[in-house]
Amino acid sequence: MNDTLAGWLQIIALLGVLALSYRPLGDYMARVLTSPRHLRVERVLYRLGGVDGDADQRWPVYLRSLLAFSLLSVLFLYGLQRLQNHLLLAIGMKAVSPGVAFNTAASFVTNTNWQSYSGESTMGHLVQMAGLAVQNFVSAAVGIAVVAALIRGFTRRHTDRVGNFWVDLTRIVLRVLLPIAFIFAIVLVAGGAVQNFHGVQSISTILGDHQSLTGGPVASQEAIKELGTNGGGFYNANSAHPFENPNAFTNFVEIYLLLVIAVSLPRTFGTMVGDRRQGYAIIAVMGLIWAASVAVITVNELHSVHSAAGHAAGGMLEGKEQRFGVWSSALFATSTTLTSTGAVNSFHDSFSPLGGGMTIFNMMLGEIAPGGTGSGLYGILILAVIAVFVAGLMVGRTPEYLGKKLGGREMKFASLYILTTPAVVLVGAGLAMALPGERAGMLNSGPHGFSEVLYAFTSAANNNGSAFAGLSVNTNWYNTALGLAMLIGRFLPMVFVLALAGSLARQQPVPATAGTLPTHRPQFVGLLTAVIVIVVGLTYFPALALGPLAEGLH
Amino acid sequence: MVRNHLAALRMLLIFTVLLGLAYPLLVTGVAQAAFPHQANGSLVKHDGKTVGSSLIGQNFDLPKKNPNDPNEAPRPDPRYFQPRPSAGGYDPLASGASNLGPNDPGLVKTIKERKAAVAAFDGVNPRDVPADAVTASGSGLDPDISTAYAAEQVNRVAHVRHLSTQEVRKLVADNTHSRSLGFMGEPYVNVVQLNLDLDTQH
Repeated sequence: MNDTLAGWLQIIALLGVLALSYRPLGDYMARVLTSPRHLRVERVLYRLGGVDGDADQRWPVYLRSLLAFSLLSVLFLYGLQRLQNHLLLAIGMKAVSPGVAFNTAASFVTNTNWQSYSGESTMGHLVQMAGLAVQNFVSAAVGIAVVAALIRGFTRRHTDRVGNFWVDLTRIVLRVLLPIAFIFAIVLVAGGAVQNFHGVQSISTILGDHQSLTGGPVASQEAIKELGTNGGGFYNANSAHPFENPNAFTNFVEIYLLLVIAVSLPRTFGTMVGDRRQGYAIIAVMGLIWAASVAVITVNELHSVHSAAGHAAGGMLEGKEQRFGVWSSALFATSTTLTSTGAVNSFHDSFSPLGGGMTIFNMMLGEIAPGGTGSGLYGILILAVIAVFVAGLMVGRTPEYLGKKLGGREMKFASLYILTTPAVVLVGAGLAMALPGERAGMLNSGPHGFSEVLYAFTSAANNNGSAFAGLSVNTNWYNTALGLAMLIGRFLPMVFVLALAGSLARQQPVPATAGTLPTHRPQFVGLLTAVIVIVVGLTYFPALALGPLAEGLH
Repeated sequence: MVRNHLAALRMLLIFTVLLGLAYPLLVTGVAQAAFPHQANGSLVKHDGKTVGSSLIGQNFDLPKKNPNDPNEAPRPDPRYFQPRPSAGGYDPLASGASNLGPNDPGLVKTIKERKAAVAAFDGVNPRDVPADAVTASGSGLDPDISTAYAAEQVNRVAHVRHLSTQEVRKLVADNTHSRSLGFMGEPYVNVVQLNLDLDTQH
């Protein structure tokens, strides 16, 4: 079979398995988030945790619970890294330095999983399992909890209650993430991923050289790393490492896992608001953007567009694995930067200028196609609110979405949401370029070097976590600046989403009239796509022009 | 406020036990029972001794002339199939890529030099050297090469080992993997296993 046919078949197969998952998983998650009944094990957990599983929280209480949980998670993870040499299963690793420990704690709690360290030489097994992998689960669940609260804002009326954070968190972890992660961890092991508690194993190679193989509980972490759109690799090479991603089949499984929850959530949304067509409209927008991005990256990589290295070599294989090749690498790169995953099976720094530039643009879109677990859906719903508002301005009517009026208060929260992340990205990248010491961290020179810095702050503030990995980020300045970018880029938008949810829940729905903009038709799909691209384009165009566009179009 | 944080701490500890200990232990138990070979790193043996993992690439270089000289350039051993270039010298404690940009002058120069060197080493036209032979992989541990690069090396290996090209070609075929399920990824030849088979059988 030739490359092109195989590449197309892989994309079609991926869309096929995602389409098959959309209804059952989406409906299942809707049941999980709306069922009045607790499982027995959940009741035990609530008792042990000292939380009231039957309380319904106002949005500030929901937010406080979320922030308290996240704050303690940061502190716990920081402490665990700093003390790892005194604990079990350290496999000889030293205590992690304060800068890296802060950055990593912020990174994993915010679902970013940016890594300024190299896994195999920094983190012992206990930190990997009991610290990092735990956050892989709960940070993903927090994202879904927030979107659940937002959807309740649309569905409820005359109330100041948006749900119970502890119940949402626990149910998503126990009923959704844990069973799926367990099954696919075993699938990954069957495919060749390692899962053991070996320390560093010294061996003598075929020619008698020395080689140190690091084992560990890799597959269990790999499964949730993708499923929870986390992306933090057990090893430095992330999903390019053969122990994490041994062949093209496991690669396909990993791409499926990192997309499946975000792809199914629009169904959950449609089911919960009682109009599944609303979910189809949202998934259509996500699908359009994803498909366009796959096309741009694949074409640029296949044809080595404006890549002197690619032309010299006869193909864009620098930073790519032979078993994956260009097609599977491009598919992974698109999916990981359009979700908030940030795992990589190939190194984006060596991509063609416009292929690599597209991975930056993907993240700048706010990771909404389909986005991170939960964060993708709330991100696109905020943009849907903006789109409805824009349409309302054009025809001069009060905008409403799903029966809820979008007044000044609602639009303030939506606007603050879409302003937060770009502000963090542009101010952060600007500062880094203004400070000579930080500018020197670039590996590459010229526009490509600027792209490295822009990529870093885009990735951190959007909670992606992938990198143009040439940039030397393990310095106190970058560890601190990027750590703060991740925390602000994660939690400030959540405040606005929950505030919006509270504001919507209080309203009495208005009946749809002939003048109401239908939000399930192709017309709205087009409008929303245009709003997304225009908003992002206007925000980031100057920065993109200095980096990837300057390199790719000269 | 304090109660809220206390509850948060307790929930975090519960999740840590459940997801951070019970979950990986359970997966390890099942994995070790059902797929011990894979779970332990797909190790390969020669004469009963572990000589590596079939998933992790190795260097196949001649011994250094001066073992104490860290700057001595490695010379490929003509008796073995050569793997791809590696940014970390196939050190599993330093996995990763070169991260050099697509128009980095240093990278372009390196690729051209590699191309000339590989062509001379295998006695082929530089234009016929495949891309994987001159580019560093993402992991720096890629154990695989393209079928084209393997085919290119057959004559050299057969000649140095005094084998017929048919014998070597057969071993290459035995270690050639087609795309997963017929359409995922790329076909590849596993160099570690191939070289091990060469040593074992000839």
